[in-house]
Parts: sequence; structure tokens; C-alpha cells
Amino acid sequence: MTVFASLTDQAPNHWRILAQEMVAPFARQIDREARVPPQVVTALRQAGAFASGFNRRLALPVTRSQGTGGDVATDQVPDQVAAALDHGALHQALGAASASVQGVLNVHHMGGSALAKWGSKAQKAQWLPRLTSGDMRCAIAMTEPQVGSDISAVQTRARPVAKGYALTGRKAWITCGDFADLFVLIASLPQGPTAFLLPRDAPGLTIAPIDDMLGCRGYMMADLILDEVFLLDDHLLGRPGFGASHVAVTGLESGRINLAWGCVGLAQAACQCAMRRAKTRQQFGGAIADFQLVQQMLARMTTDIHAAGLMCRSASVARALRQMDAAKQATMAKYFASQMVGRVTRDAQQIFGAEGIGPNTPMAMYHRDSRIMEVIEGTTQVLESMIARLALAEVPA
Amino acid sequence: MSESISAIAAFMTRSFDGAEIAPDQDIFEAGYGNSMFSMQLVAFVESHFGIEVDADDLDIDNFRSINRVASLVARKQSLVSA
Ligand SMILES: Cc1cc2nc3c(=O)[nH]c(=O)nc-3n(C[C@H](O)[C@H](O)[C@H](O)COP(=O)(O)OP(=O)(O)OC[C@H]3O[C@@H](n4cnc5c(N)ncnc54)[C@H](O)[C@@H]3O)c2cc1C
Repeated sequence: MTVFASLTDQAPNHWRILAQEMVAPFARQIDREARVPPQVVTALRQAGAFASGFNRRLALPVTRSQGTGGDVATDQVPDQVAAALDHGALHQALGAASASVQGVLNVHHMGGSALAKWGSKAQKAQWLPRLTSGDMRCAIAMTEPQVGSDISAVQTRARPVAKGYALTGRKAWITCGDFADLFVLIASLPQGPTAFLLPRDAPGLTIAPIDDMLGCRGYMMADLILDEVFLLDDHLLGRPGFGASHVAVTGLESGRINLAWGCVGLAQAACQCAMRRAKTRQQFGGAIADFQLVQQMLARMTTDIHAAGLMCRSASVARALRQMDAAKQATMAKYFASQMVGRVTRDAQQIFGAEGIGPNTPMAMYHRDSRIMEVIEGTTQVLESMIARLALAEVPA
Repeated sequence: MSESISAIAAFMTRSFDGAEIAPDQDIFEAGYGNSMFSMQLVAFVESHFGIEVDADDLDIDNFRSINRVASLVARKQSLVSA
């Protein structure tokens, strides 16, 4: 397999089969009930989805190129590239089946990859096997009522006490807050924002579920209220002061690329529904697909999805090969794909007319789900300023 | 070591808008390191030198100057080859 051959590969892969057979049939129920049912979680666990993205990070051959993403035309796709593309395919397939379920796996991988990167040997041995098996689900808690885009300003306080820390504060808008067993949580120490491993059953932790979200209603959102939650020393992740700049950023970098792939999948699902509708819906004596203004929407959607897919693949390859611009590529992929999915689901809904607004098609759900994507893992505006700064740093003054 | 020093210097100069950084200059004191730069520096040393920065290395002193980063790299490389 070459990387380029896989760009146009439409063959169903194992993740697409899993997602279509075991997740998609529950998507409307998940949206209605705002919960992912246990049988979906079990199917994902059995298929190894909770382990995806964790594997074989070490011993990579190193590329010294500054990397533009252009050097992927190799006939021998290294293992780590294949693994990164396979991980992308998982998030794409889940995005198409249920954006909510994609989000559950996304935050699991965000928290888990931060732990895999910055955990001590003992922490990794203690937690990673249970996370990758799916016995335990992970999430990441950065946001607070007064702290959104600027996570370095977290107000949740960690107070050093005998043998550990006492944490007090409130985390807001936490995906899987009402589902995960372990949170990678950012709190502030005198040295600065610091990451902690917070088990769900820690005394003093109250979970306050959030109902009635606009979209991605199966994220099982909650606020986490911490009242003098005691954590032993070995629950500090990384080093004091490195929680926002390093630990959270590692999670966010994973999340951006996962989410970008998820957006591609969601957009593809909406586009395919719209294509079928355009071919079969008859008005003015012919299929609406024959109207040029409908074709314009279809052309825009198809091109948009393809462009986002290429950006995702390039970003995944850059990450797998540890190219210097991997973070910028992941940021650009998320920035582009999250807006793309908004355009595509809106056009797809439009092609359905009233049926796109009503209860009989998934189009309204797709559109509501797509609205989440420009807010999480860095808002569009925050990513714009990051991309600009990263791009400026590449050009000599 | 001198090869890594010049690679790190070139990376910092590029990151800091062409500013010439002296090998022992404290980049944080000079106000250069912003939040995004910290992980960019980690990504740079990992990608360029083929090392893995981990929790034990998360000490601001390891990243303070070109020379400090070069020592970190040398230390990690000697562990890899040992
Ligand atoms: C469905 C959902 C799931 C979420 N899941 C999680 C989770 O699992 N864990 C977690 O920690 N958080 C989570 N969040 C929170 C999310 O990360 C934040 O909403 C996001 O970071 C933005 O913060 P905010 O909402 O406080 O907006 P603010 O930061 O208050 O921003 C408000 C507006 O100002 C703009 N703005 C802010 N700063 C700048 C700037 N520097 N330049 C230009 N414009 C700017 C923003 O773009 C935005 O338009 C979730 C949110 C949602 C909606």
C-alpha cells in the first residue's frame, strides 16, 4: 500500500464495517437519549478501538526534513504511518456513524496519549493497560466556568498536603464527565498549571451532568466539582508547572487530528445521504440532481470533503514521521475540517428540503453535531492565531 | 555537541523572528519562550535528534538556553546508545 493509493481507497476497512454495523444503528437513539448504550461500548472494546492510537510510539526512524507533508510518496509505508492512518480511519468511520461516539473515543485518546507521553513508568504500568483494553475510560478536564480558551489560567487549586495534594474547584463542559473512569485534570500549583490523574471514585468529587446540548448529545457531558479531593503524590502527571504547556497540549494535539478525521466522516455521511436524495427526489419533472444549483452544492461538498481528507492524511503522516510541522498540520486539518463539516451538513440539509429539517432523516442531527466542531479542541479563532504564528515562525524576517 | 548547538541555535533564531541567541543566554529571562514555543521545542529536539523527551526531563532548566538543550540532547543520546 502506498500512502497515495490509500487516498482514494473506498474499500470498506475493518473500522468502517464495525462503525456501520455496531454504531450507526444506534446513532439516533444516542442523540435522543444522550447516552452511548453499553452494547456499543462493548463492541468497540472487543474490536480494540480503545487501544487505537496508543501503539508503537517508540523506535521510530527519524525524518530530519522540516516536512511539508509532500514526502509521502513512498512505496513502503512504514508501520507507524500505516498505524496513524488506521487510527485516522477509526475516527473517520466513527464520525460517519455517530459523532457522539467519535467524541467518546477522542477524549479517551486525548487523556490517554497525554498519560502515555508524560506518565512515569509506574503510572503507565498502572493505567495504560486498563485504558487500552477499554476497561477504564479516560477523559480530559481543562475548561472551567471562568477559563476557556486560555487554559493556562486555571483556577482549580491543588494544595500540597502530606503525601499528596488536595484539589478544589470546578471543571466545566467535560466530555464523558458522566462516563469516564479517569480524568487527566489541569489544576494550579504555585509553580503553575499542573496535570493530575483524577479517578472518578475519588472522595470529594461530584459529577454534575449537563443535559440538553445542541449537538453531540451522546458526549455525556458533565461539570466536575472538586471539594478538597485528596490525590496521592503519584497522581501528579508530568511535573509541576508543565500541565498546560506540555501535558494538555499533547492531549489537544491528539484531539485535533482525531476530530479532523471525525469531521471528514460526518461530512461524508451527510454528503452521501444528499447524493442519494438528489438522485431520487423528483421535482419539475426530473431528479433534483439535474439542477445546476443543486450540482453546485454537490460539487462544493465533494471537493470540500476531499480537501479535508487530504489534510488529515498529510497531518497523520507528519505526526507518524514526527515531522517538525506535525502540530501545525494537525491544527490546520482541524481548523479546516471543522468549518468544512458545517458547510457540508448545511448544504446536505438544504438538498433534503423539509425532510432535512424534520424527524425522518439524520440531517438535522448531522447539522447540530457539526456545530460543536468549531468550539472544541481550540475554537476557530484561537486556531487561526496559532496557525498564523506557526507559519510566521517558518519565514525569516 | 557543536553540531547540535548550531542546529538548536538555528531553530531558536527561526522561532524568535531572526534574533541571534547566545549559547548561554536565558531565553525565558529574555522573554522569548511563549506557551506554544515550549512544545515546539520538544517536538524539534525529538524530531531532529531522534530522542524521546519524557517527564523526567520536564525541568525548565533543561530548556533555558541553547547549551542547556544541547546537554539534554547529549544526555538522552548517550542513554539511547548505551
Ligand atoms: C460539546 C463540548 C465538549 C467539550 N468538551 C470538553 C472537554 O472534554 N474538556 C475540556 O476541558 N473542555 C471541553 N469543552 C470546552 C471547550 O474546550 C471550550 O468551550 C473551548 O476551549 C472554548 O472556551 P469557551 O467556551 O470558554 O470560550 P471562550 O474562550 O470564552 O471564547 C469565546 C469566544 O471568544 C473567542 N476567543 C477567545 N480567545 C480568543 C483569542 N485569543 N483570539 C480570538 N478570539 C478569541 C473564541 O473563539 C470564542 O468565539 C467542551 C465544549 C463543548 C461545547
